[in-house]
Amino acid sequence: MPETIAFLEPKPSVLARRQQIVEDLADILPPGCLISEKRGLVPFETDAFIAYRQVPLAVALPETTAQVAAVLKYCSRYGIPVVPRGAGTSLSGGAIPQSDAVVIGLSKMSRILDVDFANRTATVQAGVTNINISEAVSADGFFYAPDPSSQLACTIGGNIGMNSGGAHCLKYGVTTNNLLGVKMVLFDGTVIELGGKALDAPGYDLLGLVCGSEGQLGIVTEATVRLLAKPEGSRPVLFGFMSSEEAGSCVAEVIGSGIIPVAIEFMDKPAIGICEAFAQAGYPMDVEALLIVEVEGSEAEMEAMLASIIAIARRHGVATIRESQSAAQAALIWKGRKSAFGATGRIADYICMDGTVPLGQLSYVLKKTSEIIDSYGLRVANVFHAGDGNMHPLILYNINDPEDAARAEAAGNDILKLCVDAGGCLTGEHGVGIEKRDLMLHQFEQVDLNQQMAARAAFDPQWIMNPSKVFPLEGRPAA
Amino acid sequence: MSMNFEPTSEAEAADIIRQAAAHAVPLAITGGGTRSGLGNSVRAERGLSTRRLSGILSYNPAEMTMSARAGTPMREIEAALAGNRQMLAFEPMDHRGVMGTSGEPTIGGVFAANVSGPRRITAGAARDHLLGIRFINGSGEAIKSGGRVMKNVTGLDLVKLLCGSHGTLGLLTEVTFKVLPLPPAAATIVAFGLDDAQAAAAMAHALAMPVEVSGAAHLTESVRYRFVGTSHPEGAATVLRLEGLPASVAVRAEKLKAAFAQVAPATVLDHEATEKLWRDIRDVKPYADGTQKPLWRVSVAPTAGHQLVAALRLQTGVDAFYDWQGGLVWLRMEADAESEMLRRFIKGIGGGHATLVRASDAVRAATPAFEPEPAPVAALSVRLKEKFDPKGIFNPGKMG
Ligand SMILES: Cc1cc2nc3c(=O)[nH]c(=O)nc-3n(C[C@H](O)[C@H](O)[C@@H](O)COP(=O)(O)OP(=O)(O)OC[C@H]3O[C@@H](n4cnc5c(N)ncnc54)[C@H](O)[C@@H]3O)c2cc1C
Ligand SMILES: Cc1cc2nc3c(=O)[nH]c(=O)nc-3n(C[C@H](O)[C@H](O)[C@H](O)COP(=O)(O)OP(=O)(O)OC[C@H]3O[C@@H](n4cnc5c(N)ncnc54)[C@H](O)[C@@H]3O)c2cc1C
Repeated sequence: MPETIAFLEPKPSVLARRQQIVEDLADILPPGCLISEKRGLVPFETDAFIAYRQVPLAVALPETTAQVAAVLKYCSRYGIPVVPRGAGTSLSGGAIPQSDAVVIGLSKMSRILDVDFANRTATVQAGVTNINISEAVSADGFFYAPDPSSQLACTIGGNIGMNSGGAHCLKYGVTTNNLLGVKMVLFDGTVIELGGKALDAPGYDLLGLVCGSEGQLGIVTEATVRLLAKPEGSRPVLFGFMSSEEAGSCVAEVIGSGIIPVAIEFMDKPAIGICEAFAQAGYPMDVEALLIVEVEGSEAEMEAMLASIIAIARRHGVATIRESQSAAQAALIWKGRKSAFGATGRIADYICMDGTVPLGQLSYVLKKTSEIIDSYGLRVANVFHAGDGNMHPLILYNINDPEDAARAEAAGNDILKLCVDAGGCLTGEHGVGIEKRDLMLHQFEQVDLNQQMAARAAFDPQWIMNPSKVFPLEGRPAA
Repeated sequence: MSMNFEPTSEAEAADIIRQAAAHAVPLAITGGGTRSGLGNSVRAERGLSTRRLSGILSYNPAEMTMSARAGTPMREIEAALAGNRQMLAFEPMDHRGVMGTSGEPTIGGVFAANVSGPRRITAGAARDHLLGIRFINGSGEAIKSGGRVMKNVTGLDLVKLLCGSHGTLGLLTEVTFKVLPLPPAAATIVAFGLDDAQAAAAMAHALAMPVEVSGAAHLTESVRYRFVGTSHPEGAATVLRLEGLPASVAVRAEKLKAAFAQVAPATVLDHEATEKLWRDIRDVKPYADGTQKPLWRVSVAPTAGHQLVAALRLQTGVDAFYDWQGGLVWLRMEADAESEMLRRFIKGIGGGHATLVRASDAVRAATPAFEPEPAPVAALSVRLKEKFDPKGIFNPGKMG
């Protein structure tokens, strides 16, 4: 039988006071900022990890940091669990509520507060979407580097929650490397500011700890991020191979040779088919594996770098090389890649794995992954950030067939364990959420988790912040 | 300190710490001790040195990662990397010059102090390159966090927290970090005669151009002769570094020089001169002066650095130069440390922080080395410290 992922038992004391809590929150928040009707709550019952759902007790949609603080102060006084939420695009169930929780959604806090080109920073409210930042500064020649494929929807607060990455993080780093400061509210309503426009901050690196903390240390309401000057030009090039192993070893040699392109993305045959059908980007259909390699700089620089990469690809038996012929085609190539998950979702339900492995293990892990998938009688499409070893097997299944769903979940667990055993980790950018929570002991010893939980408790001694996530339910400190 | 502990294994270090915790014996943690003057003086009975926890554990040039025991001398790390034409991209400074210390800096000390040099503006700080750690907490438990892959969001990022914690949260025993290829070519554009405010504007302009500047410093008139010699035009020197493939560096250097030629006489330094110049900037050469004059490291928004210095100059004797596009200010006070005034002015220009890196013992005893944190953040830091070091045995007083 399927082993399903458990949530914490709802607190009876909270459920019993539901009506009172809703009334109190309505007093705290301005009109139109509280949802408590069942019909209104349903859209918040899950995120992009759709296999699990929990309707929350209420949803607060504050408009200011002060309102976030007031709601948290209230919830901590009564021990009411709180689940922070951005756009709800988490793939690991990080934003799935629980029945006794108040969801605090940041969607109304979506203003860009300050853009400072001389210092190359932008300060934004947490509900601003990732793409909004780059769009706001593009005309002046700047961009914000981390670019999750979900960037049209996902929020900077969610990006901080998960320390999100994206295709172009190979060169520019992930969220934590591009975040300079936050304003955040702690569990009891205390507002703190960490960092700012300076490149480093005094004291412990609390900002580094908060980034990727999955809404467990507090609610971020504002963020200051680093802007970069846009390159003179950029060009994606397609490299088709007759086997995934060849493509994998090509990636390892490119990186090993000291060339660091802006992006190296991998797709296997099923993924190519799905994405080409969606975007008509001109992906070669007769190959087993495809790399999208993006170089940037002046024309001369791109030529020089491409020449080196092509030489390496030839040594690994590359079958097809296609350079994008126009800005429009380049855009289509990226559209295809960035729509991969959405396009897959149109043909089947899927769960997306996110293990990261050392580059030397890419080929091995790809091969083993397909063996695991075969052994469960499932199908898989691989589309991922190869340059930093961040794999995304999409396991296809039918959500309405419980046995199929259980098989998919079991295969996923096997694949993640494989990644850890190959010297990697459970999650490179999607976070632990509920999805990988119960696998944490495969990567860590209990003593390691105890230290993490102790650090967590320094921020949230009551464990009310997103409490069902990240840490296995067993082995937690006594309340 | 009566005696130093010098464990030779992680297990031995854990035993020592467990014993120390049981008897509430405070420990002063040292690597090479080359920066022991940094931070507040430690009130400890015994020293705990990583000197014999030494050696590179694994180095995989193709995957661009290295693991080493915390006490491994920087010299050994750098030699191994150089053999493969690789480097630590965050350019950790060697503090021996300014602090007048000898001994061997260690890789553990570099990460414990999050030591980051000129390339910080593009490559990030030490903390951005640290992938995984093993450390012993104040209860004597060996803990691991992170790993050896480039992307990892599995659980809370204790790696970042320990990095820069100056030995107050745990004893690092092993560090795994990212390394990068040495740039095959490098050049520096030097513009002469700009004042501090003009230089700030020029550097902001350069960093907004698509030329990938990897170092931006302004060497004020009083210090520039220590860096670029006398054969160049008069006045302060504003320097911008470019790195990469030879053809690309040449093209970008032309572009940048052309942009600068409009505002000031400009010249280009070759690869060799570039390497020396940026090593000297990294190591704060003009203030490696054999004195005990108070030396501050100030971190502010890049365009605010020169405003701070201008305000200070009206009040006190101060010498200064700038790295990180103007956001890292090295300040040498001619007499008093002036910490109160300095910290007040930093608040006035929009915030940042000042660290006292060097001063006489008397001044150090009277001056908090680190910027005091706002009350709620300070309270959080105290709670965290308790969670890692409940008996308060690691480097008491260092950051507090
Ligand atoms: C207040 C302060 C400010 C500083 N500011 C800067 C700066 O602005 N820029 C810069 O480049 N560098 C800075 N440093 C630099 C830093 O202290 C040294 O660069 C350090 O890396 C030298 O190596 P070492 O082995 O000689 O270390 P040591 O001098 O022996 O130790 C340095 C610090 O790290 C701790 N430490 C050493 N090894 C370990 C270990 N294995 N585990 C845990 N803790 C350990 C020590 O307790 C000590 O606090 C600063 C340090 C301090 C204390
Ligand atoms: C099609 C698709 C493609 C994707 N591609 C990528 C990709 O390329 N790279 C990648 O890294 N991820 C990717 N993701 C995953 C997801 O988009 C990211 O994790 C994203 O950062 C989540 O942002 P969100 O605003 O939707 O946050 P949510 O899903 O609402 O929340 C994410 C987590 O952050 C917490 N949180 C949200 N807001 C705050 C806040 N203000 N303060 C504190 N905690 C908060 C939540 O509690 C939760 O734990 C993809 C998802 C989809 C559906």
